[in-house]
Amino acid sequence: MTAAARPLTRRLPRGVRQLLVALPFLAPAIVLFGAFVFYPLVKSVYLGFHITDPFGHNETFVGFEQYADVLGSSEFASSLLVTGTFTLYTVVPAIVIGTFLAVLANQRLPGIVVFRTIFSSTLAASVAITSVLWLVLLHPTIGPLNEFLIDRGLADGPLLQDGGWAVGERATAFDLFAAWFVDPNWALISVSVATAWMNIGLFTVIVLAGLQTVPDELYESARVDGAGRWSQFWHVTLPLLSPTLFFASIVGMIFAFQSFGQIDILTDGGPVDATNVILYSLYQESFQNFRFGAGSVQALGLFFILLLLTLLQFRFLAGRVFYRR
Amino acid sequence: MSVAIRWLRRIPTYALLIVCAGALMFPLYVTFIYSLQPIEVFLEGPPSLWPSNPQWDNYFASGGAVQDTSLPRYLLNSTIMAGVITIGQVVTSALAAYAFAFLRFPGRGVLFIVFLATMMVPLEVAVIPNFQTIQWLNWTDTYQGLVAPFLATGFGVFLLRQYFLTIPTELKDAAEIDGHGHLRFLVFVVVPLARGALATLAVFAFLQAWNQYLWPLLVTNDPDMRTVQIGIASETQNLDQINVAFASTLLAFAPMVLLVVAFQRYLVRGLFGGALKG
Repeated sequence: MTAAARPLTRRLPRGVRQLLVALPFLAPAIVLFGAFVFYPLVKSVYLGFHITDPFGHNETFVGFEQYADVLGSSEFASSLLVTGTFTLYTVVPAIVIGTFLAVLANQRLPGIVVFRTIFSSTLAASVAITSVLWLVLLHPTIGPLNEFLIDRGLADGPLLQDGGWAVGERATAFDLFAAWFVDPNWALISVSVATAWMNIGLFTVIVLAGLQTVPDELYESARVDGAGRWSQFWHVTLPLLSPTLFFASIVGMIFAFQSFGQIDILTDGGPVDATNVILYSLYQESFQNFRFGAGSVQALGLFFILLLLTLLQFRFLAGRVFYRR
Repeated sequence: MSVAIRWLRRIPTYALLIVCAGALMFPLYVTFIYSLQPIEVFLEGPPSLWPSNPQWDNYFASGGAVQDTSLPRYLLNSTIMAGVITIGQVVTSALAAYAFAFLRFPGRGVLFIVFLATMMVPLEVAVIPNFQTIQWLNWTDTYQGLVAPFLATGFGVFLLRQYFLTIPTELKDAAEIDGHGHLRFLVFVVVPLARGALATLAVFAFLQAWNQYLWPLLVTNDPDMRTVQIGIASETQNLDQINVAFASTLLAFAPMVLLVVAFQRYLVRGLFGGALKG
């Protein structure tokens, strides 16, 4: 503000003057949020009211019809069920394992930092990297798991025959039939195992942080009372850890509902929609079938689910956060 | 003697720790071992997990990941994308957080809630209109298309405001603020004091940007504009070079492992929205 301009702004009401100072600081974020957060929400509602031709053009207004059609369809119900199952499979085992590893790595021992780092490291893995690792591990012809099962005579179940080759008959060339990801009974479990592996690091980090808040004196008095390790964990650690575990499961659920990459890389939503989670189905509708309207309705459905979960997460954080001023 | 006994007692604990670490790292180990094998080995089924002659050809020799694939280009694209997103988020968040923490203006409370509300709309929900916007701007296959939706986050504003609020207002009063003075105060006083919070945001932004999959998949078609995540996923489709793809996968993973190991403290703080003293 130059000296000449100052008298002019002095004459403005105080609120306006304050806004003039604050606006330059807020403007970049406001513009970006407007363009990439709020406008898309409004646009999604608009798109939901319209259907388009196979090229994504020539919108026709259909009102709430499309909302009712999509949200009431058996496909949407099935993708909700798949997403819910996927959430259960990825969050519960990963939290149990993550808690176990965090408690194990929370001891005071020389070199424990190395183990803490290893246990947390899968946090760094992206969905693409995780997918490649598990594609290899579960690969029917070059993966170690199937070899292990075959060597022990465990692999004559239907799961491998669905992969297109018979037990005992080694494929000679690359036969990209990843049976675990192709078998309708195993595909969702296999994708979930890969995702759970990726989540273990995240949950270990969260639980390790939660364990720091458990006072040492509590363990000491438990020991004085003659409590063993298991009893200490059950009666001291777990109750004090429960808010952390609640937070971890909300974070895990949010992640699960946003899962896309592993489905795209490993199964393409198949076989027969066995792994077709909401986001993948939204992607197919919008970017393969160019039905942006139907995709937008699914996006809004996903929005309300995530909204609920995020509000729960906020409630947890608000309990911990310390506000001043 | 007592020292020896103490160590003997610890053996089962260490054994358990090592077994757990081994089990968790097994997927990485397999891919690593496979990345050290020539392609012929895979024609005879699963390679041995204790290879007799590992070799680094898939990484560095001609035909390997570093020399003869698009990996360097993918890594460059990911670095530029994640770098710009990180800088963008730190700058826009610091500016907005400053206004919320240090300035008084009408509607401040409401606007802050509006900013917080953006955290409830992840990209996944807004992906269709955002894709259309990028198309309309003719930004497909460009860096600006890759970064634009991620340059501001409610999380960043929230995290930094939390920290800024702990900075005593007396510092600001002492700085005798006029219009320009606010920016100077932010850059020379607040930013140095809030280094930890800024680092938390930066580490989070970089990790998330580097690892994202859906958005780069949608807005890039040109192989030269692909990020490393899309790149490795498509390289595994090429079975004649699958061993090189394994090498690429590990090379794409390595930078994030280093980031997480080096900045773990900041990551923990970020996960709890700055609510924990990390």
